Amino acid sequence: MSKGRFGAFGGQYIPETLMNAVNELEAAYEHYKNDPQFVAELDALLKDYAGRPSLLYYAEKMTRELGGAKIYLKREDLNHTGSHKINNVLGQVLLAKKMGKKRVIAETGAGQHGVATATAAALMGMECEIFMGKEDTDRQALNVFRMELLGAKVHAVTSGTMTLKDAVNETLREWTARVEDTHYVLGSVMGPHPFPMIVRDFQKVIGEEVRQQMLEKEGKLPDVLIACVGGGSNAMGLFYDFIGDRDVRLIGCEAAGHGVDTDKNAATIANGTLGVFHGMKSYFCQDEYGQIAPVYSISAGLDYPGIGPEHAQLHDTGRAEYVSITDAEAVSAFEYLSRTEGIIPAIESSHAVAYARRLAPAMKKDQIIVVNLSGRGDKDVAAIARYRGVELYE
Amino acid sequence: MNRIEKAFRNGTAFIPFITAGDPNLDVTEQLVVRMAASGADLIELGVPFSDPVAEGPVIQQANERALAAGVTTDGVFEMVKRVRKQTDIPLVFLTYVNPVYTYGTERFMRNCADSGVDGLIVPDLPYEEKDELLPFAKKHGIKLIALVAPTSQERIRMIAKEAEGFVYCVSSMGVTGVRSQIKTNLSAMIASVKAANDLPCAIGFGIASPEQAHEMGEIADGVIVGSAIVKIIEQYGEACVGPVGDYVAEMKQAAL
Repeated sequence: MSKGRFGAFGGQYIPETLMNAVNELEAAYEHYKNDPQFVAELDALLKDYAGRPSLLYYAEKMTRELGGAKIYLKREDLNHTGSHKINNVLGQVLLAKKMGKKRVIAETGAGQHGVATATAAALMGMECEIFMGKEDTDRQALNVFRMELLGAKVHAVTSGTMTLKDAVNETLREWTARVEDTHYVLGSVMGPHPFPMIVRDFQKVIGEEVRQQMLEKEGKLPDVLIACVGGGSNAMGLFYDFIGDRDVRLIGCEAAGHGVDTDKNAATIANGTLGVFHGMKSYFCQDEYGQIAPVYSISAGLDYPGIGPEHAQLHDTGRAEYVSITDAEAVSAFEYLSRTEGIIPAIESSHAVAYARRLAPAMKKDQIIVVNLSGRGDKDVAAIARYRGVELYE
Repeated sequence: MNRIEKAFRNGTAFIPFITAGDPNLDVTEQLVVRMAASGADLIELGVPFSDPVAEGPVIQQANERALAAGVTTDGVFEMVKRVRKQTDIPLVFLTYVNPVYTYGTERFMRNCADSGVDGLIVPDLPYEEKDELLPFAKKHGIKLIALVAPTSQERIRMIAKEAEGFVYCVSSMGVTGVRSQIKTNLSAMIASVKAANDLPCAIGFGIASPEQAHEMGEIADGVIVGSAIVKIIEQYGEACVGPVGDYVAEMKQAAL
């Protein structure tokens, strides 16, 4: 069996042109993750630049209204650049710099990962090019300008379905064209080994902080952790430290779009089958011939036809549960949290908030739910207005 | 004997690539027969995939056209069966891991053998992952063609030692598509392959003109041309068979 497996999932299904690059990346990561200077530099960046640790906020009003479990929000939305993506990006761009790379490239869906990558590239003096589906550059026009402001070049991808999957295709193609001086900052716990491992390791700080903060505030571990799942990096970041704590339920929320029974959704665990794509063996939305399905979600960040290989394993072993949340439920949760707590969540994170609303009333008052608020919703305001029939453009 | 060996017996082999089902499977059938008659020594048939990450825009669009026209893997196998009644030319499929794996690797290889496909090129299956397909390919006598790239360097020996059929030498960084210049030291790449295993080496990626075919034919056992042919198909549509045949004849002469 090849490297980078999570049970049967994972692997390195990529063109030969990239094999030396992923091998070099793995070797560099294995070296630097134990290098005290690298660790200290990254810790300093996370603390002084990104604003870690992020807050664990007790949502008292929401808890009271729902009348069940206590709800805490892990405020990744308060990080610099407005989402959890910065955790991974600071790690990878610092690593790329240590490896002597001059240029970073990245895919982005909603634009959060693209903005984070452009930010880290600006900070560390690297050239930066971002690939984003044409559909998404239209949906998230403000983020495109934001990336350009940060000095990045943004390519609107017009191949295929013009969304996140095609942005990944195009970034992979660009990497094969120029691999020598370029690092691909993959944005989620997906792709070929070592990316699922590296991204998880840079994101696991979320769960580690939650454990410590929870013990300080409540003196015990939470009962349920909830996070949204596209590729799955914020969910993996929250879950990873708790995998060994069997009493803690881990719940990932997939995008059901118009509904899992319609042809407009991105619910990979609900509808996907085993396949090999974007460098990994995992579950994918696809047809009987292995053609990757055009997926849909109101959330550009969850609009992806696959899921990271470690999530596929957590699903298969039953350690984590995966549920589906529709556009309508997510938009309702977006509005609910804004009104109830004065916090505007990203439409991606709103999928997790939606499931907490469903679950909390059925739980006991001494039980605890932690919802990962993976990003802030400023970027989504215009899209939500349009969803509600208000003609608002950025 | 696997037909692939025969491909390298007529001087430098000329190996055209087309995407099966572009513009439709009837035209693909005619193209294969015409290219065989025009001097092609081995034909690569792309089995359409929604997300061909190793391809440039020209072949990406050919994949999209074929899929939009409703072409399926089963349809491609049926077309190959019809082709096999007309020509004995060596045929290899080029596709990605997912269309093989999802179809069922055992079933895919069995259908290759039954319909008369001789080999398989899978650009997203590097050496480290070859056991995903190789045991099934071997069982059915299908050659799994290895690729070496400009970045392979010390990996060439490991890859070449276990290669079979021929070795696909990727001429340039990046994806498929016409290039004005090929800068890789291909003689050194081929020498490394030959030092490890005495197999034919065919160069692909970026070759379009007779001059390039001649130049590559001087150093390699075979010359692979894809995007330049797919462009002719795109331009002429269903009337492409004649122009493609003429191009193949010219390129075979240049490669010799």
